[in-house]
Amino acid sequence: MIKVRREVCGYCGACVSVCPEGALELVDAYLSVDYDNCKNCNICVKVCPLGALEVADEE
Amino acid sequence: MKSEYDVLIIGGGPGGALAAKTAAKNGLSVGLIEKRPAIGAPVRCAEGIGEDLIGEFFDEIDPKWISAKIEGAKLIAPDGSYFYLSPEMAGNEVGFVLDRKFFDRDLIWQAVHAGAEIFVKARAVDAIVEGGVVCGAKVEYNGRVQEVRAKITIAADGVESKFTRWCGIDTTVPLGELETCAQYLMTDINIEPNITVFYVGRDIAPEGYLWIFPKGERTANVGLGISGTQSGDGHRAKDYLDKYVNEFFPEGKIIEQIAGGVSVCEPLECTVSDGLIIIGDAARISDPMTGGGIYNAMYTGRLAAEVASKCIESGDLSKGALMEYDSMWRDSKMGRALERNYQMKEIFVKLSDKQLNAILTSVKNLKMADFSTLSLVKEIVKLNPKLIRDLTGLKKYFE
Repeated sequence: MIKVRREVCGYCGACVSVCPEGALELVDAYLSVDYDNCKNCNICVKVCPLGALEVADEE
Repeated sequence: MKSEYDVLIIGGGPGGALAAKTAAKNGLSVGLIEKRPAIGAPVRCAEGIGEDLIGEFFDEIDPKWISAKIEGAKLIAPDGSYFYLSPEMAGNEVGFVLDRKFFDRDLIWQAVHAGAEIFVKARAVDAIVEGGVVCGAKVEYNGRVQEVRAKITIAADGVESKFTRWCGIDTTVPLGELETCAQYLMTDINIEPNITVFYVGRDIAPEGYLWIFPKGERTANVGLGISGTQSGDGHRAKDYLDKYVNEFFPEGKIIEQIAGGVSVCEPLECTVSDGLIIIGDAARISDPMTGGGIYNAMYTGRLAAEVASKCIESGDLSKGALMEYDSMWRDSKMGRALERNYQMKEIFVKLSDKQLNAILTSVKNLKMADFSTLSLVKEIVKLNPKLIRDLTGLKKYFE
């Protein structure tokens, strides 16, 4: 699953624009992930210019 | 916030502001919502714009909008060789580096003075779509969600546009056509204060470029964009930028860090729907060659409001009536440039460093009376005819 490192996120929207499922959104200066729609394709992780997104093990 | 407007605009960037100002001037009731707590922050932009382009929108340029006046550009090849473009040659690469914090706020002020209502920290959470017609948005504001209906809704919510998706339009940017960008506002650096600098090359910014846009004597936006397909763990935009800054500006001070995505794909196939107009970055109307989008957003914002005004007056809010907007921007100088620059971008991203070196070396020695992006590419193609052998779509631009 995708994990957002909020302290690193630049609130830039790059990940939102490429998410094929529309599972990401910028809300209140933070990135929000809709885990019901996320398909773990990790495109967002790849494009994040700052490295704020990472793949984490499901808890 | 009212529950109904003639025009509801989603997003308070330059495109949304111009749309709001124009629609309000035309006597329409206008509501504009911006999800951020302040207009113009955080800025996600290198802030450059051509002097003639910005002049299309204003009788006077307020000095506080301008961080630096640009008088030329310097292009640097992967091998480090370079050449200067004079103002006559550089076209849109000369002009201004804006201070978007002031600029964006003033555009919104102008919209307010024209009669538009502006709401910050107001976020669209869904579209209202009835029988396939977009009728406004569900807006979260002051801790509650309310329906805000509109005759025409203008989506101006940038590259990360969600509103259009809620209306049933897929605005996803293909991975390879998103430039993932990082930028520092730096001070205490040695720069040429009135020259923009562009570096190309696979080591410095694969399938993109690095820019230095002066903001003062020793201050500049230093940033770069790389293709989404080239980005990954340990080689993200910020990694490339850090590498450059450590090498060239080791004593520089970083006073702002900015990140962003810029679409370099073709615009959306259609930028209207029943009751909906999509503008600027939300419509993927940024320049695929340069990534520039301020002018395009303002141009489409103003045009959207003009067409919306006509349609509201006539009572026809259908996709067919709003298509005038789509046709007009595509037929405009800007639209034609987008089409051509997309084809050119497709060539440039495929070039090796060796080819880039050869091209910049040959261009350096050219003397072109009518220098422009088009004439530059014409010369490049003359020198390297193999480049367009497989790109038949480009031929029409050279006939």
